[in-house]
Amino acid sequence: MIELDFLQYDFMRNALAAGLAASVLCGIIGIYVILNKIVFISDGIAHAAFGGIGLGYFLGYDPLAFGIASAILTALGIGIVSSKARVSEDTAIGVFMATGMALGVMLLTLSQGYARDLYGYLFGNILAVTGSDVLLICGLTLIIMATVFLLYKEFLLLSFDPVYGEAIGLPVKGLRLLLLGMVAFSVVILIKIVGIIMVIALLTIPGAISRRHLSGLPSIMAGSVLLGAVFVTAGLLLSYMLDVPSGATIILTAALAFFISTLISR
Amino acid sequence: MNKSNMKSCNTECRNTACGNDGRAEGPIISIKGLRVCQGEHAVLEDINLDLEAGDFLGLIGPNGGGKSTLLKVMLGLIKPDRGDVKIFGLPPSAARSRMGYLPQKTVFDHSFPVKAQDVVLMGRYSRTGIFHRYDRADRDAARRALEAVGMADRADREIGALSGGEQQRVFVARSLVSDPRLLLLDEPTSGVDSAQQKEFYDLLCHLNRDLCIAIVLVSHDVTAISTYVSKIACLNQRLYYHGSRELSSDEIEKAYGCPVEMIAHGTPHRVLRMHD
Repeated sequence: MIELDFLQYDFMRNALAAGLAASVLCGIIGIYVILNKIVFISDGIAHAAFGGIGLGYFLGYDPLAFGIASAILTALGIGIVSSKARVSEDTAIGVFMATGMALGVMLLTLSQGYARDLYGYLFGNILAVTGSDVLLICGLTLIIMATVFLLYKEFLLLSFDPVYGEAIGLPVKGLRLLLLGMVAFSVVILIKIVGIIMVIALLTIPGAISRRHLSGLPSIMAGSVLLGAVFVTAGLLLSYMLDVPSGATIILTAALAFFISTLISR
Repeated sequence: MNKSNMKSCNTECRNTACGNDGRAEGPIISIKGLRVCQGEHAVLEDINLDLEAGDFLGLIGPNGGGKSTLLKVMLGLIKPDRGDVKIFGLPPSAARSRMGYLPQKTVFDHSFPVKAQDVVLMGRYSRTGIFHRYDRADRDAARRALEAVGMADRADREIGALSGGEQQRVFVARSLVSDPRLLLLDEPTSGVDSAQQKEFYDLLCHLNRDLCIAIVLVSHDVTAISTYVSKIACLNQRLYYHGSRELSSDEIEKAYGCPVEMIAHGTPHRVLRMHD
């Protein structure tokens, strides 16, 4: 049996656990990314996180923790810079994104001997997920789920009509920074799975499909989580069986589903 | 449009019974010597305004004259540089739960997956506050607000599936759902066709007259305003206002900075009194 064979390895169990937790994140945060039209910001945060990962390597500390820290700083930076006007949000994202990538490449090169890891961060290597990574990913997933549960109506108002929200006393700026912070956490976790370049696909595709076929935010979120889980599991299995890169397989599975769903709903 | 209909509505709007109760409580809006600057430029200068319960104030004026800014001051979103603003005797931000607000043009994603009733519920936020869930009382209020605007049968529809006029009604319901005593409407009829506009103004009259809600209506539509409101003010940095429905053509021209042709379109009321 292929499944049993699949699960007898530690790295496969870790990969599957991390992938499933990540689908929960994608399902919930991805919907907010789509509804708030912050796809480009999210992509910018993912690229900027690379700077932190490089710094982690350079200093010899945990790259993932540094990645999270730099993603959060970037999220806050974009949020604050763009709210101060003068610089448009698009421009701010472009600057942060390129600076982060350049720093990451520079620092990783200076650290030397990490070419394989560089490839892993850019294109994902879910098979390299360790047991402690899984714990970190599950913990973050739980925190984000709790936050969204507690602030569901606030995020709904923020996503639907922030102008009105502000007028009736919703702390729009704070919620927006919180949302960007949650996006930052999610993005760094997804980097482990599909890599910086393809993060945005996993964040948006399940939500985009689910939204097309379901109505009501809770069902759309649930559908999106489920789709994410299917893509990650199927992609992982296929990549194992065919011995091809896992990140790319997961994204291609999701993309295929997206095109089929678009054709069906026409 | 039916002239006699408009007239009767208007008369009742003015003869509202709630005015007297309101006077006992003091003014709903009290603005004294307000000045608001953006950079070095004064957007609002020496604004004085009192509004009583049951009043229906029409606020006209040229673009950039500060109409939306004045509404935002009333909502506590913009802090005055000088002067005193009290809403229900409170600082504006403390009175938010007693105000309903309809922003100028609600820009939203028309495929946003949210039902009309959930949009209306959003207006309860100023009462429930952060972290608390909407409870049964909130849902009842949403249902009543939808009934008040004649949209109860559309409660389960997605907001994007409704027509422009219906969406506007839902947004009015959202501004009503917190049981406000004061409604602030910023050009509510932009993007609504003329047949729906008439319906919309009748709805405002009903809210003003039957539910005793004071209304401040910002509009470009001088003709419509002169037909429905009980008081009129013209704003262009300074406020031209006498607590009545009439302004002199001099004042309006001063406010707009150029001669304004006031065409009556056969409406039974005039903004301009004949001056000697």
